[in-house]
Amino acid sequence: MFFVGKFAYSKITDIIRPKNLSGKKGKFVRHNEYFSVPPIPLHPVTIQNIIFLLVVLAGFGLFAWQVRKIRANISHGRDRDMSGDVGERLKKTLLVAFGQQKMFKRITPALLHLVVYVGFIVINIEVIEILIDGLFGTHRVLGFAGGFYSALTATNEVLGALVIVAVAAFWWRRNRAEPVRRFRGTEMRAWPKLDANIILYVEVVLMVALFVMNAADLKLHQVEGATLPGAFPIGSWLAGFLPDNATTLHVLERVGWWAHIVGILLFLNYLPSSKHFHIIMAFPNVYFSRLMPQGQFSNVDSITHEVKAMMDPTYQVPTPPASEGAEAAPTTFGAKDVNDLAWTNLLNAYSCTECGRCTSVCPANLTGKLLSPRKIIMDTRDRMEEKYNSPLIFDPALYGPAAKHEPQEQLDKENHTLLRGYVTPEELWACTTCNACVEACPVNINPLESIIEMRRFLVLEESAAPNSLNVMFSNIENNGAPWAFSPSDRFNWADELYVAEKA
Amino acid sequence: MAEQTAKRQIAVPLMSDFAARGEEPEVLFWVGCAGAFDDRYKRVTRAFVRILEHVGVKYAVLGMEETCTGDPAKRAGNEFLFQMQAMQNITTFEGYNVKKIVTACPHCFNTIKNEYPALGGNYEVIHHSTFLQQLIDGGRVKLEGGEAYKGRRITFHDSCYLGRANNIYEAPRAVLEALDADLVEMKRSKANGLCCGAGGAQMWKEPEPGKKDVNVERTEEALATLDGNAEALAHIQGKESGNEGATPAPKQNNQGSIIAVGCPFCMTMMADGVKNKERENNVQVFDLAELVASAEGLNA
Repeated sequence: MFFVGKFAYSKITDIIRPKNLSGKKGKFVRHNEYFSVPPIPLHPVTIQNIIFLLVVLAGFGLFAWQVRKIRANISHGRDRDMSGDVGERLKKTLLVAFGQQKMFKRITPALLHLVVYVGFIVINIEVIEILIDGLFGTHRVLGFAGGFYSALTATNEVLGALVIVAVAAFWWRRNRAEPVRRFRGTEMRAWPKLDANIILYVEVVLMVALFVMNAADLKLHQVEGATLPGAFPIGSWLAGFLPDNATTLHVLERVGWWAHIVGILLFLNYLPSSKHFHIIMAFPNVYFSRLMPQGQFSNVDSITHEVKAMMDPTYQVPTPPASEGAEAAPTTFGAKDVNDLAWTNLLNAYSCTECGRCTSVCPANLTGKLLSPRKIIMDTRDRMEEKYNSPLIFDPALYGPAAKHEPQEQLDKENHTLLRGYVTPEELWACTTCNACVEACPVNINPLESIIEMRRFLVLEESAAPNSLNVMFSNIENNGAPWAFSPSDRFNWADELYVAEKA
Repeated sequence: MAEQTAKRQIAVPLMSDFAARGEEPEVLFWVGCAGAFDDRYKRVTRAFVRILEHVGVKYAVLGMEETCTGDPAKRAGNEFLFQMQAMQNITTFEGYNVKKIVTACPHCFNTIKNEYPALGGNYEVIHHSTFLQQLIDGGRVKLEGGEAYKGRRITFHDSCYLGRANNIYEAPRAVLEALDADLVEMKRSKANGLCCGAGGAQMWKEPEPGKKDVNVERTEEALATLDGNAEALAHIQGKESGNEGATPAPKQNNQGSIIAVGCPFCMTMMADGVKNKERENNVQVFDLAELVASAEGLNA
């Protein structure tokens, strides 16, 4: 169950220490040195380990810095209590986020996505190994696991190949002459399209790096007459195409290894700029999604106090608990800008992967209206990053025709807001509140909440409802019905009403 | 129905009548504005009352004490007006010690059930589709003695505020299955059902500019389903592959088909759509209560 090739090879990997190339002979003895005692103190630190450590620290550090900025953006949203119901929320997260329950409403993309998702999770076990190897100078440190390790590497290779196939299918669905309908639409401008393709290309590069690493590693062991732990159904096939020169193979293996890990770290830092951030945000987003029936719209408590005070003059409006400084200033009704939305609505925006399932089932969008639920969510994210932190290493807004936004000079950055600056009243009034978008979203994003909040602002702060709706409002106020009927006719339906008597 | 000559006039009982006698009904039938004022939906209200009378449920209505639940105001963003209406209705409910409410309007149903509790109104609210299902399951309605729906093609259009909003998909279908009709499903049904186009206060405004009206889109789907027009159904967008069901066979018999609804706004929109498509001669739109009352032979 122990692997002779490992120790020889752990030296080979350290190209700057060629003495290790001869280490193969002592493998059985050295085995105990390495695995019966903690390996760290016994292994001399090399320049490569230090470089690796610095790269990893930079990668994760930069990512943490970006996540902090996004966290700050989301916390600009209004407070909303989403605590409690832990069991129910965990169950939902397990089903919808981990289990991809809602993806399976569309079977073809669900299966393709499942391949990439499972590939992502399983191949990341290999990343743990790469981190340990890179930091401590070991090679394939999980190799001691024997059959389990073989199963892991074999699964990785099969999944890696399937990922390439799935990614090719995804690319075809987006880039052919007549793409899948939901990948089109006004909000799918140059940047979102480019972003989607960048993700696909990076995934292929990462998989290719994995195969190069495995194939070269395998061939190197063959050339040197050693055994490599693990099973490599595809790497062994690819190894046939590689040269027999040991130095070349060393270099190839190292290139594959470094490309895989550095690629992953770069990709990690690309996520906050990308729709691909959903691979992380989907989980908190589903956890914090609503538990109440979809038909239940939020209650505006401040209005409840006003209405109660109107109906009962003795009603005491409860003072908000320990108002902090200027926070006691009256808040606006509804949402004009991103900070008027609840923090969960802002979390939604960072969880969106722009798949367009919402828009593809929206009755307004299907019949050619301007409304696209996906655009509301994408606009929310764009506006947040314009108004607050742009967590981006590179800001797509600065890249001209490829930008998410219109060119900046067309925007009055100080004065425009989410409402009207991005989302027009025409879009908002086209919504039938049918909840199809909410139902369709695989990660429980709720575009309807944001739409209603902006409608509330239009009606309650600006009295800017379409005139016909104002007529409906005054009918309700005056007649107690949305139509202009006299309340005294309300019971006329019961006149001359008969029922057949059955024996 | 020719042989059924016996008929009885119904004096629809009011909550105030019960209160005057110091009694309380089992259930309050909330009629809703459409049920009270819309000429087409008044027929649904009357059908449902016939069923209530027939099975002998102790029910009452509010009559002129009813007022809009506030649903259209809330969906349109007028939270202030919504809460005014809600508080007024809650005061009325509390005055009569109301516990259980049945309504034929999914919008009223959703609003009273889900949104009144935050304002202090907690009631057991059921939609008439569930109520009818219970009557059928309990054997109190046998769907005999009236019009026969056996073999007639019916498709049910899910109301958003019944379906996605409150997850009620099976009750209306159970009612229709009891009719022994040829029930066919639209490609976009249940959780993937397409809105009729009237929700969210659209009922009271002109649609925004677009390619077509939502109700026409939905009616085209309903008609293609009833006709078993596979070619038209293949072109429907926004389907979900795991959820779309079978394509109905081309229609064989020459009996009129039926689009069944459970919502006053859907009724208006689908009926307008059928008119728009000039299919009134062979396709009718009926509410569940109308179908049940007619199958039971209660119309007089």
